[in-house]
Amino acid sequence: MLDDFLIRAALAGIGVALAAGPLGVFVVWRRMAYFGDATAHAAILGVALALAASLPVTVGVLVVALAMALAVTWLAARGQSMDVGLGVLAHAALALGLVAVSFVPNARLDLSAWLFGDILAVTRGDLAVIWSGAALVVALIGWRWGRLLTSTVSEDLAQSAGINPGRERLILILALAVTVAVALKVVGALLISALLLIPAAAARAVARSPEAMVLGAVGIGILATLGGLGLSLRLDSPAGPSIVAAAAVVYALTLLWRRP
Amino acid sequence: MPRLRRGMSGAVARQAPVARAPAETPPLIEARDLSVRYAHGLALDGISLTIRGGEIVTVVGPNGSGKSTLIKALLGAVPLASGQVIRRPGLRIGYVPQRLGIDATMPLTVGRFLSLPRRRDAAEVSGALTRTGAAGLEDRPIARLSGGQLQRVLLARALLAGPDILILDEPTQGLDQPGAASFYRLIEEVRDETGCAVLMVSHDLHVVMSASDRVICLNHHICCQGSPNHVSEAPEYRALFGEGTGGALALYRHAHDHRHDSGDGHDHHHNHET
Repeated sequence: MLDDFLIRAALAGIGVALAAGPLGVFVVWRRMAYFGDATAHAAILGVALALAASLPVTVGVLVVALAMALAVTWLAARGQSMDVGLGVLAHAALALGLVAVSFVPNARLDLSAWLFGDILAVTRGDLAVIWSGAALVVALIGWRWGRLLTSTVSEDLAQSAGINPGRERLILILALAVTVAVALKVVGALLISALLLIPAAAARAVARSPEAMVLGAVGIGILATLGGLGLSLRLDSPAGPSIVAAAAVVYALTLLWRRP
Repeated sequence: MPRLRRGMSGAVARQAPVARAPAETPPLIEARDLSVRYAHGLALDGISLTIRGGEIVTVVGPNGSGKSTLIKALLGAVPLASGQVIRRPGLRIGYVPQRLGIDATMPLTVGRFLSLPRRRDAAEVSGALTRTGAAGLEDRPIARLSGGQLQRVLLARALLAGPDILILDEPTQGLDQPGAASFYRLIEEVRDETGCAVLMVSHDLHVVMSASDRVICLNHHICCQGSPNHVSEAPEYRALFGEGTGGALALYRHAHDHRHDSGDGHDHHHNHET
């Protein structure tokens, strides 16, 4: 059954939706959208470095995304306004990555596949990486759920309850780096944060509890994956952007639904 | 009795008799010569203070005087530049933050909020809400509470921990004066019932002062401290806040007495919807 490229694509998308749901709600609640952008944009640099060092691409992406996320956090802890700093970092990382890729010798890499994803070319090996990454993210967030939620509500409150909000932030950063690494193949560096943001934002309209919002985000993510793949098949449109477009349509519908 | 305090100016604080705090109990929290540094200088400089069981201590001071930083330092949430904070081992702190970081995008009901980070059973939750005059709000989203309701919910959450000390950072921000007064009265009642100590930060000088056993006037260092009457007459306090607050203090006392005389002592619930 896994021989069918469409089945593999669907499974890859579902795997990513499983990781993006629980992480995405925190991206929304903590207003980390731009943060996700910066981390994801750094992924291209990770691809270039991994190819140059003959390392698995996932490893390179993971390391660079983690470094980027830590750099952004470090900056955020020092300055007040993050807009400019994040913008500079996000675009610098993307530009640097694109430059670095051009220097990789005998690079037979398809740049647009890394930027926009190539979900239809997912292999069994990719599936294994995506699903283990997703399992890791779900386990991490599930394990820390109460603490993460409390630190999101109020860092001072968390502190007074014996929770270290800094450690919880690191957990989210780790989860973000893993998600970027596994989602790169599916939607590409440019649209990863859309996949984090849009299903979670859509779930907000229908959820009554934090946990329901996570389930909603996962469900909407899966729906968008299947819808996007169907769209792509029918219209011969690029798969990754079609998935994000499908998610955006769901988001728009939930906005209408919410209106009394 | 607490030892003499040293202010930045080297002035020795006048120690007035403390109304209620029994001196023989071990301190719940003690700060010794505590300093906190920020990028542009010292936020707190050489603070020494002691909080004992059952006393209500209020920290007053102008904006930017380091009040919230002091609270965070006592909670262990900011690194100290020097000095130390000693919390009694096993001390249970009920903390009421200045505000919540809850984004409107987070669907969080009051009941669920009270169950963070630990699950509490429904009876416990509704008991705490009833005690603080917020009964029946369990299913209301946090983001839709009024300022007064939110403060009572935050207090209910702090009480669920069974605290030895309640720490409140500007608990009446955004409340009007009657609302603030009734909130302070609630805190006093909770102290009388549970025997917990209370440490709060406020800039509602006139309202809060008479509800306190001890007032600490802070401006990066401790300017003066002691009973409300003592502090409101101290020259350091007057230099910071002017002469006008004395009259407001008297005014509040009048209102305070009046409220208590007008009923059986439990007539505060009528304005809890504010």
